[in-house]
Amino acid sequence: MSTAAVPVGAAAARGAGSETWRHVRYVLAENPLTFAAFLCFLAIVATAVVGPALVPYDPLASDTAVALSPPSFAHWFGTDQLGRDIFSRVIVATRLDLGIALAAVALSFVVGSFAGAWAGYRGGIADKVVGRFADTVMAFPLFVLAMGIVAALGNTVQNIVYATAVVNLPFYIRLARAEIVRLREAGFVEAAAISGNGPLGILVRHLYPNALPTLVVQASLNLGWALLNAAGLSFIGLGVRPPTPEWGIMVADGANFVVAGKWWIAAFPGLAIMGTALCFNFLGDGLRDLLDPTRRT
Amino acid sequence: MPADGARVVAKRIVLGLANALPSLAGVVIITFILTRALPGDPAAYFAGPAATEEAVEQVRRTLGLDRPLPVQFLDYLRELARGDLGTSLTTGRPVLEEMAGRLPASLELTLVALLLAGAIGIPLGVLAATRPGSLVDQACRVGTTVGVALPVFFTGVLLIYAFYYLLGWAPVPLGRLDPLLDPPSTITGFYVLDALLRGDPALAAEALRQLALPALALALVAMAPLARMTRASMLGVLGSEFVRTARALGLSRFQVLVVYAFRNALLPVLTTLGMTFSFLLGANVLVEKVFAWPGVGSYALEALIASDFAPVQGFVLIMGILYVLLNLAIDTLYAFVDPRVARGA
Repeated sequence: MSTAAVPVGAAAARGAGSETWRHVRYVLAENPLTFAAFLCFLAIVATAVVGPALVPYDPLASDTAVALSPPSFAHWFGTDQLGRDIFSRVIVATRLDLGIALAAVALSFVVGSFAGAWAGYRGGIADKVVGRFADTVMAFPLFVLAMGIVAALGNTVQNIVYATAVVNLPFYIRLARAEIVRLREAGFVEAAAISGNGPLGILVRHLYPNALPTLVVQASLNLGWALLNAAGLSFIGLGVRPPTPEWGIMVADGANFVVAGKWWIAAFPGLAIMGTALCFNFLGDGLRDLLDPTRRT
Repeated sequence: MPADGARVVAKRIVLGLANALPSLAGVVIITFILTRALPGDPAAYFAGPAATEEAVEQVRRTLGLDRPLPVQFLDYLRELARGDLGTSLTTGRPVLEEMAGRLPASLELTLVALLLAGAIGIPLGVLAATRPGSLVDQACRVGTTVGVALPVFFTGVLLIYAFYYLLGWAPVPLGRLDPLLDPPSTITGFYVLDALLRGDPALAAEALRQLALPALALALVAMAPLARMTRASMLGVLGSEFVRTARALGLSRFQVLVVYAFRNALLPVLTTLGMTFSFLLGANVLVEKVFAWPGVGSYALEALIASDFAPVQGFVLIMGILYVLLNLAIDTLYAFVDPRVARGA
């Protein structure tokens, strides 16, 4: 790699390592919410990793003797219509819900950002095709399209991930394309070309890394939405099958009992969805302040 | 110059239609791909579980599934042009007919929710922008952040618990009208409006009572992006020089805010309104399930659970078309809001 082509990020990281730290500390101090959201995120990940090993009850074991009992010392979040412990089910479901959201976002991040970067860099036919695809997906109400995709591909968890990823693709495509078009004419690109880098090398080693901060911010802002989308799909009975514990299905189960005043079956998994999405959103806002000062609001 | 204005708007609509055509083509192509990507063999599926080998082949030929894909696509276009979206296997009736019967229910819900979201979200955003850092602004910030994280189906469930079970203000959350009442005879298909037009305010009130909770559930989620965008857009405009000039000229606060600032802040808000509508069309499916609302969303959902694919595909297609048309309408509205857009066109 030539020394002439120093990308912006690398220069900042080398020349001002302590500067970056100061900025991080400053942003966190200014935004205690971001810090709280970060701790919250760690807690959620920890729950997903070790939660299933720690829960007091088997999430699938039903005990009809205590069915539909409200929260108590024995069952912190109460029990559902089959007498299953809701606390255990909410904890165990974290891994699945988080996994679906992360997998979907990762998939659309990788595919969308490369397609968008390629389109932005090459222009011409590639740009037209990729751009048209993004426009077409955006022409649908996204949740409706996700439903249609799951219906067409088959009703599995894997297809929920694919559907959520596909409907998110346009955001990454457009963002990556715009970033690359903005950066394409920059001096360091010319320098990289002069020092003998091929088009692919320039795109992958010099342009793409400089577009990453914006894309990472987009991904973190996208996580909460992906979680809501996936939970919505399983709420209407797609993807995850009962009795697998999953937040969306649990809210759907509980919805039938709310008219009778049995709020806890739907409330706790619903709060779990809400809390997790809220944490993701705060984290995304904070990350944006940190990585992408131009989009600060 | 009203005649001139009319011509500009007409031109804008034609131009917008030209822009909408590729989107429409894209919607049709994607829906076609979805119909042909059905799991397993569509012929075997349409022939039913008890069909013999010959029967499946027979179905394959009658459906044209043995022909090359481009030919199938042309057939698909021809069927669409005739308004043929296929037949539901569970009810045995044409999909288009059933969708048309249920669409008013969904539209009534969506439009009322959109009105509610706009009526609360936009003034809230304006208020927050005029007092940055104030209590209203903070409340707006927290509210919009939480609102974006709300799962709409969960909001619906919470509302039922609060307003039906605890307070007893809302009727049983089942459908558009108490089953003991007769719906008003159809004019628009919107129960509240129809009842009013038929001169039956009591019936309209009943329909409105049923409508309130599902519409509120949708609106609570939809107003967050609206308020956020209004606030950001207004903040930008309020800092600009023409607003300062208007203030310096001694115009009333109302005039500065509404006539000068708000009108200029409206464009991004309109764009957000379009996105909100798209979001509402999707969220409708969830809310219709929670409130047993007999709209197109719950129709598609019942079909989906029964592996009855024609209604689902019809639903995806119609929603896509609806959204493209809405974007066209919003595109036209731009011309009214912003004279520069009209002149540019």
